[in-house]
Amino acid sequence: MTTPIDPFRALQRFGLGRRGDEPLPSDPHAWLIAQTTGPDPAATALGGLPSAAEGLDLLYEQRKLRQTGVKLVEPVFAADADTQMDALLDSTSPFRERLVAFWANHFTVSTRQGETRALVGPYVREAIRPYVTARFADMLFAVMRHPAMVKYLDNESSIGPQSRAGLRSGRGLNENLARECLELHTLGSDGGYSQADVTSFAAILTGWSVARPGEIENSRNGFVFRPNAHQPGDKTLLGRVFGEGEDGGVEALSMLSTHPATYRHLARQMAAHFIADTPPPQAVAKLQSVLADTQGDLGAAARVLVGLPDPGATEQRKLRTPIVYAAAAMRTLDLPQGHRPKLRGALYELGEPLWEARLPNGWSDRSVDWAAPDALLRRVDWAYGLAGQGAKADPMAVAQAALGPNLHPATMEAIRHAGDRRDGLTLLYASPEFLRC
Amino acid sequence: MLNLRKSHAPLIGRRAALLGLSAAWSFGGASLAFGDAPMLVGPRDPRLVIVLLRGALDGMSAVVPYGDPALASLRGPLVGAPPGQPGGLLDLGGFYGLHPALAGMYGMYRANELLAVHAVAGATRSRSHFDAQDSLESGAEHRLNSGWLNRAALAFAQSNAGGRGLHDAAASRDPMALGVTVPLLLQGPAKVGSYAPDHTGRPSPDLYARIAALSGSDRLLGGTVAEGLRLRTLAETGMQDPMAMGAGGRPGAPDPYARNPFAQLAAAGGRLLGRPDGPRLAAMEIGGWDTHAGQASRLSAPLAQLDQGLVVLRDSLGPEAWGRTVVVAMTEFGRTARINGTQGTDHGTGGVAFLAGGAIQGGRVGGDWPGLGAGKLYQDRDLAPTTDLRALLKGVLAGHLGITDRGALNRIFPGSDGIGPTTGLLRA
Repeated sequence: MTTPIDPFRALQRFGLGRRGDEPLPSDPHAWLIAQTTGPDPAATALGGLPSAAEGLDLLYEQRKLRQTGVKLVEPVFAADADTQMDALLDSTSPFRERLVAFWANHFTVSTRQGETRALVGPYVREAIRPYVTARFADMLFAVMRHPAMVKYLDNESSIGPQSRAGLRSGRGLNENLARECLELHTLGSDGGYSQADVTSFAAILTGWSVARPGEIENSRNGFVFRPNAHQPGDKTLLGRVFGEGEDGGVEALSMLSTHPATYRHLARQMAAHFIADTPPPQAVAKLQSVLADTQGDLGAAARVLVGLPDPGATEQRKLRTPIVYAAAAMRTLDLPQGHRPKLRGALYELGEPLWEARLPNGWSDRSVDWAAPDALLRRVDWAYGLAGQGAKADPMAVAQAALGPNLHPATMEAIRHAGDRRDGLTLLYASPEFLRC
Repeated sequence: MLNLRKSHAPLIGRRAALLGLSAAWSFGGASLAFGDAPMLVGPRDPRLVIVLLRGALDGMSAVVPYGDPALASLRGPLVGAPPGQPGGLLDLGGFYGLHPALAGMYGMYRANELLAVHAVAGATRSRSHFDAQDSLESGAEHRLNSGWLNRAALAFAQSNAGGRGLHDAAASRDPMALGVTVPLLLQGPAKVGSYAPDHTGRPSPDLYARIAALSGSDRLLGGTVAEGLRLRTLAETGMQDPMAMGAGGRPGAPDPYARNPFAQLAAAGGRLLGRPDGPRLAAMEIGGWDTHAGQASRLSAPLAQLDQGLVVLRDSLGPEAWGRTVVVAMTEFGRTARINGTQGTDHGTGGVAFLAGGAIQGGRVGGDWPGLGAGKLYQDRDLAPTTDLRALLKGVLAGHLGITDRGALNRIFPGSDGIGPTTGLLRA
């Protein structure tokens, strides 16, 4: 049985903090569960944004106009990113938004590599968001066939050496997507695969590619399978034989998505993100077994997650990652769109620029990685800037609305003695109980 | 991994648009952190800077063994023009050549201040970036909860305690750091801070003090804000010193390294390390090395940034402190000996490490060359490692920092009892 959850803790652990003085959920557990079973309330707000196919088209069009310096991708990227960040800030389903951020980071596509800028916005909306409470297999299929991931991890240029294209050009495999899929996305680095498995999986995935100019209309949202680049013959992955063709890849992904090592890896990642850097083994075990019992139902895993014990006193709680911290701080003021700073700018200032992770393993969610002096000082400085926009608010009222009984007496005392409202709000945002989950 | 901001790759059609945006995004790809403990120092007052090359530098492109007859057949398109030709390799004694983007480091080589060591690998044979970086920073085969440089900082303080030339102990004991985050390399029991240059409208000193007090007793956060402030003050004071700005620099002048965050950090780091009351151990990092495709064009930019950063570090330290400095640039593993199907290289094993600084006995390429011919490659794929990186690092810690006790060195690098420190790395 699950213990009753304090509504403020539910908002903080699994949401994005309380938005202004919005009504508190009367049954926090049911409120969290409902977010994993109901429809995605952000779907409407995000409905008009471009698809991956349209992003590709934009990219190719901009290439043609290179000489003119006309920028087509950037304004669309900016609008897409800001719309998604606005949906997060205004969300009535913040647990779902946390899951979107978590899975987007799990399946990182970064704009640092591979012409993904026109595609990463569509990627999060098309390959991640619809599946955060669905089967992991479905998310994995959507990710691996999304042009953003195919480009980001170089699979477009991976050619079967014995394929027609390979024999003609002398080109060959690029292992990048195959390796990261095994190590980061599915089995985990201790998942029991070998270098031979990586090479073989790369061969299985040859031909999984992105539409070129002129091919977009007949593609699957920008994804194409190229038989002439596909390595012929059977391949062996983890001791199982997979046949030639796109179906071989689908079957391999199906095996990986339901592999026990994958469930263990996902359980560890979820527990480390939402509970503690080093989560209790029982928590990992519970998540792992629900994933196994439901063939990878991520919604079922999310429902188990919210029933797991609270880490406890403030010091045991994880430091909020920059996106959660900045969104939570901005939500306390409940400023309307157009009257608040851009979340994207905040993420840059706090050292976690949106969709710009350095490496395919994404941004760290470990507390210690965000607790360096300069990182914390950046939070304080950014919070001071935000507090300047909330000059009309009563800091004590904001603090009590945001944290309720979890507000520390020392913080209340400091806010009470603050020289002005801006200082008072800054003290709230810089308090340990606000910095942590 | 390719970093768009650093790239000259022809593949990227909308580079111009991205550059404009990315140029404003400083410090996304480079950061620098300082170790604290070593303020009790002897008269030698050594400096040690570790540069993490995250993403796996292709050692055979940085230091090209152009004299090996098997090289061209393995990776012909990746081998540059030989020494003496326009844009050719910079010759390192007739067998090896330095990549032409490393002209500044070539100057160090000719001044006997750069030592390249080839066919190096660390404690792990993992080809996972993340496992291998954990290993590189932990100084052990698997990830530990602390980094070897943190443990070395403690040993450095202990081995020098009671020596002459003590600096202001109160200042010295405060933690010290540069960079938005502290890498695993520097995490651990020795207190470490971080600093990265920044600006913007800020709270008053009084508000900072009250904020620092709020988390004063917090296990993770206690003292951190106060330390961040101390370091910021220290670094910004240094920046207002016209003499510290480097050639032609003056307060308010445009940053000459605006497109190279690594060089910005190197400049700030050099100023801090050069100060009598500054830190003595530092870590920096720079990415852009994961060249799976189009390597020949993609590698030039990060190499040039590394090169500029090391030159800037030398110049901002000044001749006196540079003479007491060792810089170690190291990466998690090398890359495949053969070119892959996309004109790049995949994750490999043996690579190159650079040791630079006025304290280094340089002007040579070290390590035993394993050869590239038939049967010589590790698993018929990678450059076979012949030097354990931990031997080099132990050699630096022993010869430069005075951590000569074998037990202490083996505790810094657990599981390395059979690996002795390399001798002869440092000037007599």
